[in-house]
Amino acid sequence: MRLPLWCFLSVFYSVAAHAADGDALLQSECAACHNLTGPAAATVAELRTRKAPDLFYAGNKFRREWLVRWLQQPTRVRPAGFLFLNHIKPGAKSDVVDAASLPTHPALDTARATAAADALMNLRPHDALIAKEKLAAGTLSRAMGEMVFDKFSGCLACHLIEPEYGGVSGPELYSAGTRLQAEYIASIVRTPQAWQPKTWMPDKHISDANIVKIVRYLDTLSKENKHE
Amino acid sequence: MNKLKIRLKKADFYVFSGCERMIIGLKIAVFSLFFAPGALFASDTAADNYALYCVQCHGLRGDGKGINIRDMSVQPRDHTDAKAMSGRSDAEIFKAIKEGGLAIDKSVQMPPWAEVLSDAEITGLVSYLRTLCKCSNGAGK
Ligand code: HEC
Ligand code: HEC
Ligand code: HEC
Repeated sequence: MRLPLWCFLSVFYSVAAHAADGDALLQSECAACHNLTGPAAATVAELRTRKAPDLFYAGNKFRREWLVRWLQQPTRVRPAGFLFLNHIKPGAKSDVVDAASLPTHPALDTARATAAADALMNLRPHDALIAKEKLAAGTLSRAMGEMVFDKFSGCLACHLIEPEYGGVSGPELYSAGTRLQAEYIASIVRTPQAWQPKTWMPDKHISDANIVKIVRYLDTLSKENKHE
Repeated sequence: MNKLKIRLKKADFYVFSGCERMIIGLKIAVFSLFFAPGALFASDTAADNYALYCVQCHGLRGDGKGINIRDMSVQPRDHTDAKAMSGRSDAEIFKAIKEGGLAIDKSVQMPPWAEVLSDAEITGLVSYLRTLCKCSNGAGK
């Protein structure tokens, strides 16, 4: 009689405890590097004390499936690390990334990655910014997209659109379509400073029409590039 | 951080004995050094702003050789080039930084910074650029 009751209780307990586990995990293993509560850095000096990108709006930014996968097998998102200033040095032809200085990210097993992803998806202080973006479904050719992205808007200067093509001071964008929510992409392109007041991504005053094209282009890119 | 420092100083002044005061003073000095220059100034310096916003393209040495340049179709200006930099007035440089390359008929690859930097900070950057090129205002512009 005692055994079945114990089994029932422990199953019930583990399900109920899942969300709380995720929060506890974030606190104990992630908070030392990541800001989980906000606010974003208000000065350059403050930003430069950050050890890792802010995660306090993770639920407004990431796709859950990407988080679950990435937390088990983290790959580099920022080719020059975070912050790039801590990982660059002068080189022969230009400044170069000091690859040896780039740390590897801690990895989690499936259960813990799932718990952490669920806890991160609950962090949504910017629902209002996301709700402002109205995106109709559609596609855009790679050639048209690149025209808007590079020639008209100058985004290639800071972002990779292939593992070896583009700039490196911003996150790579060849897998942004699988990493990020479409509305987040639209919103950060429209007003990067609404997310991070002191970010080194400039507000380039991109028109509504071009924002839609960029979102579709990044979706096309991530479907072509299977670097997840 | 500034607030914390001021509070510590006050407490130090009113409450602590001479010896403790010295120790706290030392701690503050070490603390300030660690977070310098952020903890020493109320707002970011032109050097801070240049490092975060400009170095990515214009380079650690300001010579136009930043980490991003490999695949850029237009190369960033060499800010140490006195000849090129003296060809621009302070007002034109201010405009290029605030509104971006397009505003002075140059490349879209030079971004506008109005949304991150105040006018005072941009003015600070213009002076900072003048120290990098060791040159002054373009004559007659
Ligand atoms: C030692 C510091 C450190 C710890 C501890 C750490 N991270 Fe990170 N994390 C980083 C850095 C640095 C990056 C940026 C990596 C990159 O861009 O390639 C990062 C990136 C991320 C990203 C992608 C963020 C983005 O904006 O692209 C996620 C998600 C993430 N970490 C989650 C976690 C979770 C969950 C934990 C705890 C289990 C954790 N991290 C622990 C340093 C850390
Ligand atoms: C001067 C460098 C720079 C330029 C130019 C630039 N970005 Fe960024 N971008 C960044 C940085 C840095 C970030 C990270 C911002 C943050 O989270 O603080 C970023 C973030 C992004 C993100 C979110 C990526 C992620 O994983 O968090 C997207 C999407 C993006 N940029 C698109 C664009 C587009 C489109 C353009 C052109 C209109 C552009 N960027 C121009 C530097 C730049
Ligand atoms: C994304 C790369 C990029 C970033 C970041 C960037 N620049 Fe530039 N900048 C350029 C390029 C490219 C040019 C050359 C434009 C041309 O020749 O058409 C340029 C040109 C300039 C010029 C010369 C304008 C002229 O023709 O006289 C000044 C001044 C300048 N940048 C200042 C700055 C300052 C200050 C910052 C930081 C706040 C900055 N730039 C950040 C790419 C960048």
